[in-house]
Amino acid sequence: MGELALVVGQVFNSFSVASLFVLAALGLALSFGLMRVINMAHGEMLMLGGYLAYLTFLVIPGPLAIFVAMPVAFVGTALVGALLEMTIIRRLSARPLDTLLATWGVSLILQQGARNIFGAIGVGVTAPAWLNRTLAISSGPLEGLTFPATRIFIIIVAIMVLGALSLLLAKTRIGLLVRAVNQDREMAAASGINVRLVDLAVFSLGTGIAGLAGVVLALLGPVTPNVGQSYIVPAFLVVILGGLGSLVGTTMASVLAGLVSALSQIFVDVSFSQVLVLLFVVIFLQFRPQGVIAVRSRSLDG
Amino acid sequence: MARRGASAQTGRTAKTGLERGHRVKTVLYRIAAGLLATTVLAGAAKADVKVGVLQSLSGTMAISEVTVKNAEMMAIDQINAAGGVMGQKLVPVVEDGASDPAIFSQKATKLVQSDGVVTVFGGWTSASRKAMLPVFQRLKSLLWYPVQFEGNECSPNIMYSGAQPNQQIVPALTWAEGKGYKSYFLIGSDYVFPRTANLILKKHIAKDKLSVVGEEYVPLGGTDFSAVIAKIQAAKPAIIFSTLNGDSNVSFFKQMSAAGLPPTKLPVMSFSIGEQEAQAMGPSLVKDSYAGWNYFQSEPGQANQKFVAAYQAKFGKGAAVTDPMVHGYLDVYVWKAAVEKAKSFDVDKVRATAVGLAVPSPMGVVKFAANQSLYQPALVGKLDPKGQFIIEWQSQGQIAPDPYDPVAFPGKVCKLH
Repeated sequence: MGELALVVGQVFNSFSVASLFVLAALGLALSFGLMRVINMAHGEMLMLGGYLAYLTFLVIPGPLAIFVAMPVAFVGTALVGALLEMTIIRRLSARPLDTLLATWGVSLILQQGARNIFGAIGVGVTAPAWLNRTLAISSGPLEGLTFPATRIFIIIVAIMVLGALSLLLAKTRIGLLVRAVNQDREMAAASGINVRLVDLAVFSLGTGIAGLAGVVLALLGPVTPNVGQSYIVPAFLVVILGGLGSLVGTTMASVLAGLVSALSQIFVDVSFSQVLVLLFVVIFLQFRPQGVIAVRSRSLDG
Repeated sequence: MARRGASAQTGRTAKTGLERGHRVKTVLYRIAAGLLATTVLAGAAKADVKVGVLQSLSGTMAISEVTVKNAEMMAIDQINAAGGVMGQKLVPVVEDGASDPAIFSQKATKLVQSDGVVTVFGGWTSASRKAMLPVFQRLKSLLWYPVQFEGNECSPNIMYSGAQPNQQIVPALTWAEGKGYKSYFLIGSDYVFPRTANLILKKHIAKDKLSVVGEEYVPLGGTDFSAVIAKIQAAKPAIIFSTLNGDSNVSFFKQMSAAGLPPTKLPVMSFSIGEQEAQAMGPSLVKDSYAGWNYFQSEPGQANQKFVAAYQAKFGKGAAVTDPMVHGYLDVYVWKAAVEKAKSFDVDKVRATAVGLAVPSPMGVVKFAANQSLYQPALVGKLDPKGQFIIEWQSQGQIAPDPYDPVAFPGKVCKLH
């Protein structure tokens, strides 16, 4: 496998890593970006999605079980998110630091709950056989390059989720309400929009997407009680880098972070490449603190 | 003018009957309390001895360490059921290292200083052991360490029952060379054990005129192997030697499978995957990969069958038994034997007596050498679809442990007794 193939392979890998970041971060972009709620339990929603996939695979064996697992995880985690919003987030919406602390507590409870129910060791979730194949290029300058079907599948899922979410926000009535509340909360409330219901819908949607992401992440990573902790920092990084309140920004930031991470790994080892990604984010934010896409809205805190 | 109540304190005789009665009562109470305390303390001194059990019960290493704690507790329970050590019951104090070396160090201090344990069984990652080492040396206590590691350490306060490099890593390399593998790719988690193990491997591979085509490290708990796998595909090794630890193993095997390189296509020799990790990951994921240990659950022998049966009776019929679990278990029994022979819980007496003391265990009769490491055989096994190992190769008898690999660290010697 020549130099060109390695570089092209890493570009593909950066999109694959970006798709993982996007799926992990999209739910957070919704709740943090649109609602300004810092949800420290977001990683645990990913974990929950993974465990729901495990349970679905136990009940429904067979190669197409993953297509059942995805909606099950979406609905399951959306329900958990709705519960969380109604009991805790709603009461603390005016106090962001207290929301952070409360959701941190919820994250610990969910982790220990997973440990008690499923064991500290984690559970096995394996990709179905039809995904365990690769697209190999066997001749020409890119000889030796392989594209794993699992990673292509995840990129497709990420694009579809992004597409569905954009359509929802742009073309549906609920999307209109969400955009109105995001632009100016008080004005929206004054014009008769049920702001609390919109908050509930947005938060549940965010956690539902996280659950869906958890199913897909389980194809490439472990499903253990603390898997959420591995994803929460990159998720926050990407949301802030992308600009609060902007889903396009989050996507672009994921691609940027994926590129920096994967391309730097051609030259340095994984630990150092993680340092480089963080350095990149710090320097970027020095020059452009509002993130990739600055959301222009008339809300008071910009 | 002294007040009435002060008369007792100045020692003057009580003026009234009430005060006299009060003084007598106080004295009687004090005598009674003193007698009670002496009997209780004396009773306590006879009744229980505290031992520490310190493993990661949460975090990325829980996948491996929770069951080692189970095995150590089973040994303690069995010993108590048989009457304890020198007639005294063992009281285990269990603490969670949470896969964080700083917490291991903290808990070790707590166990020895606050809880007053006479010895501690625990640790897994070399990072945790290195963090605990100064604690045990400073507080002059004794740690029994049950996991294979990179050697390069010679502390009088640790009994190293886990495999030294010449009892696991180097024999596995010898086996691989015997099978004809000529190019090696080394991959590990980024901390002291994999880095030192790979250093030793590189020196041996160079000495045997074979080649190392890649060496990659991933942070402990890291889940992204996309670039590492790209490098493996570019280097085209004959076999991968993996010192990945914890959850990273799951990500590695899943992503290798996704990339079209399951262990059936590209052999992998792991040093941290036992029967239990295979079960947790799903045996289909790691089927046909190799591992090097001193013990496999599938090994024959009466003592092993009894141990496995007892463990499964307690923890579930399908429970897997791994090499570190057996080492944790036998550590407790060797400690007991040493204490009973030395007739003392004193650390220096126990460690001196443990050397050369033959103790039966699920892996046969074992004894500690003068460098406080265990004589034990090396085995290489291949994982079957059920998560058990088929034993492919075994060393001729037990290997004498050597903390300082002669090729990588020539001239260094560990002499503790």
